[in-house]
Amino acid sequence: MLRRQLLAGCAALAFGLAAAGGAAAQDVFKIGLILPMTGQQASTGKQIKAAVDLYMAQHGNTVAGKKIEVILKDDGAVPDNTKRLAQELIVNDKVNAIAGFGVTPAALAAAPLATEAKIPQIVMAAGTSIITERSPYIARTSFTLAQSSEIIADWAIKNGIKKVVTMVSDYAPGADAQKSFSDKFTAGGGTIAEAIKIPLANPDFAPFLQRAADAKPDAVFIFVPSGQGGTFMKQFVERGMDKSGIKIIGPGDVTDDDLLPNMGDQVIGTVTAHLYSADHDSAKNKAFVEAFKKANNFRPNFMAVGGYDGMHLIYEALKKAGGKTDGDSLIAAMKGMKWESPRGPMSIDPDTRDVIQNIYIRKVEKKNGELYNVEFATFENVKDPVKAAKK
Amino acid sequence: MNDISPKLVAGRLVARAHWHPLEFLFWAAAFASIWLLPGKYLILTEIAWLGLFALSLDLILGYAGIVSLGHAAFFGFGAYCAALLAKHEIINEPVLALIVSGVAAMLLGFVTSFLVLRGSDLTRIMVTLGVALLLRELANRMGWLTGGADGLQGVEMKPILGLWRFDMFGHNGYVYCLIVLFLLFLLARRIVYSPFGLSLQAIKDNPLRASAVGINVNLRLVAIYTIAAGYAGIAGALLAQTSAFASLAVFDFERSADLLLVLIIGGTGYLYGGLIGALIFKILQDWLSHLTPQYWPFWIGLLLVVIVLVGRERIGSWTLPFRTLANRFDWRRKESFGGGQA
Repeated sequence: MLRRQLLAGCAALAFGLAAAGGAAAQDVFKIGLILPMTGQQASTGKQIKAAVDLYMAQHGNTVAGKKIEVILKDDGAVPDNTKRLAQELIVNDKVNAIAGFGVTPAALAAAPLATEAKIPQIVMAAGTSIITERSPYIARTSFTLAQSSEIIADWAIKNGIKKVVTMVSDYAPGADAQKSFSDKFTAGGGTIAEAIKIPLANPDFAPFLQRAADAKPDAVFIFVPSGQGGTFMKQFVERGMDKSGIKIIGPGDVTDDDLLPNMGDQVIGTVTAHLYSADHDSAKNKAFVEAFKKANNFRPNFMAVGGYDGMHLIYEALKKAGGKTDGDSLIAAMKGMKWESPRGPMSIDPDTRDVIQNIYIRKVEKKNGELYNVEFATFENVKDPVKAAKK
Repeated sequence: MNDISPKLVAGRLVARAHWHPLEFLFWAAAFASIWLLPGKYLILTEIAWLGLFALSLDLILGYAGIVSLGHAAFFGFGAYCAALLAKHEIINEPVLALIVSGVAAMLLGFVTSFLVLRGSDLTRIMVTLGVALLLRELANRMGWLTGGADGLQGVEMKPILGLWRFDMFGHNGYVYCLIVLFLLFLLARRIVYSPFGLSLQAIKDNPLRASAVGINVNLRLVAIYTIAAGYAGIAGALLAQTSAFASLAVFDFERSADLLLVLIIGGTGYLYGGLIGALIFKILQDWLSHLTPQYWPFWIGLLLVVIVLVGRERIGSWTLPFRTLANRFDWRRKESFGGGQA
């Protein structure tokens, strides 16, 4: 009797395990996360990875009956690597979506693969306007450089800044930032004294800063990719430019939350326009920052919210598509999706699949002994101006 | 052997050029991988072009003794050539574009070879490094042509010989790379065992004595440097064609430095060193970066230090038992001379 029961139990258990095993193999949704975990852009990778882990810890790893599995790959921000890794993820690991992309060239390199494989490509970091036009399967949860560059131009005109030297990294996002800022700024009556382009790799800002100082502008408009802001600020102060009354303005990449705490008090007063500050005043953000810091020992920056919202977008699209995992259904579900992010309200533009979000004007201040970008003005629901201008 | 007659020497050299059974085995395994490893085409493709690139460096380093830290100059030049030819639809057929890119890189190699002739090893390291940096910066500056730091976007590759499309799984791309590698390997093998190749080795061992016996040292160095540049250019073109992309990373210093590592791992001066080194290096890199995406450079650094400390000769010696075994079955060697394995 006992033996029979035991046998039956064993059989049931074996059957159950087999069923579970079969179900697991079928119902896994794989995300290939390609990030620069080494090299110059490693801080971007670190932030996004931490945010993705946090999102999954908070929201569980099962959505609409699918188990979410993230496969992390390091591309070192080298686009050839990105392309190969994306291809391997699609062909060998059979991922259902690719995500991440620390820099624009990386995102662009993977775009044709997303189109060919018909799977969503979620851009969590790279910020050049054209990216979303390169494949109908791309959706973006980060930002475009033009969004904040136009708004800071607007702010500069209204606050008595007449003459500006622009300094941008010499690659696509830099060109976007430079153009958006200059167009808006000159249209508003300002003058661009000089437009300086800085090499992207291993930049030494000193000679460029000297040229900027020689032009005697009211302010320097600066864009460097996340992670280079610290060096820039240090060299700016070393040359005494902060004391000569030249202001720093720009998109918020330069006073990135990741590096800001170590920049020193000289940066107090720097005004930037950006999508996110760890200091953003909302219950959602307070909870996010607290959980993030607890898990990682460092502060989330705008890259982290890009990763966090990217995961949110995938999760919600899966729910909305009702378990369908093909690229077309998921992208259709993503279009027009609205939600409250730690950065504030945001949505995905149904026409361009690009991000629509609030842009905040912030000033660096000291709060509780730490440096923060404190928001003091809000521009609501900003679309990508480059694409808006094309229409 | 007191009386070394020219006939004896000639016979020995001919015997050296014979195909060793292990070589057949190597290439059989390489071509078998097309059917045996269907999920690994992408990494195999990388190994194939890296192997060709390393073979190119081996030609100048292992056979002519020219140390180069800027071999990426030719690699990158070839890559941009191939990508630009395809992008602007100047030459649509990949094989022809590959040849043109190789010839373009040879021209560049020919022009820069005169810089390399001057000075000794240290000067050569600096000169080659300088040329690569120069080209990288040129490519960065000429954004209208090369796309600058964003890389060359919108390259579309046409089918190989109009028949085989570069498919998503990388199958055709790999077969294409492997065939190119094999053909160029045959050519390189022919070159190094020819009188020209032997004279290069004489130059490597002692340039003064070589010129004393009537070898035109400079002319030969120019020739081999030009050929090697062509090889590197074709390797770069293969990368550009299989990935339909070219970026500034093709000129990176790391690429030249990695290449030297590949050759150090595999050993120089026997042609297979580059191929074996590429295989080991890529597999290590792939495996470690899969295990730990954040800290893999640390482990690869550690392994390289260990490999160099243990001595790369030992890697060659691991295959010694197999080689003795193979020698036993090598009928031709018995007919001519026993042993004498290079």
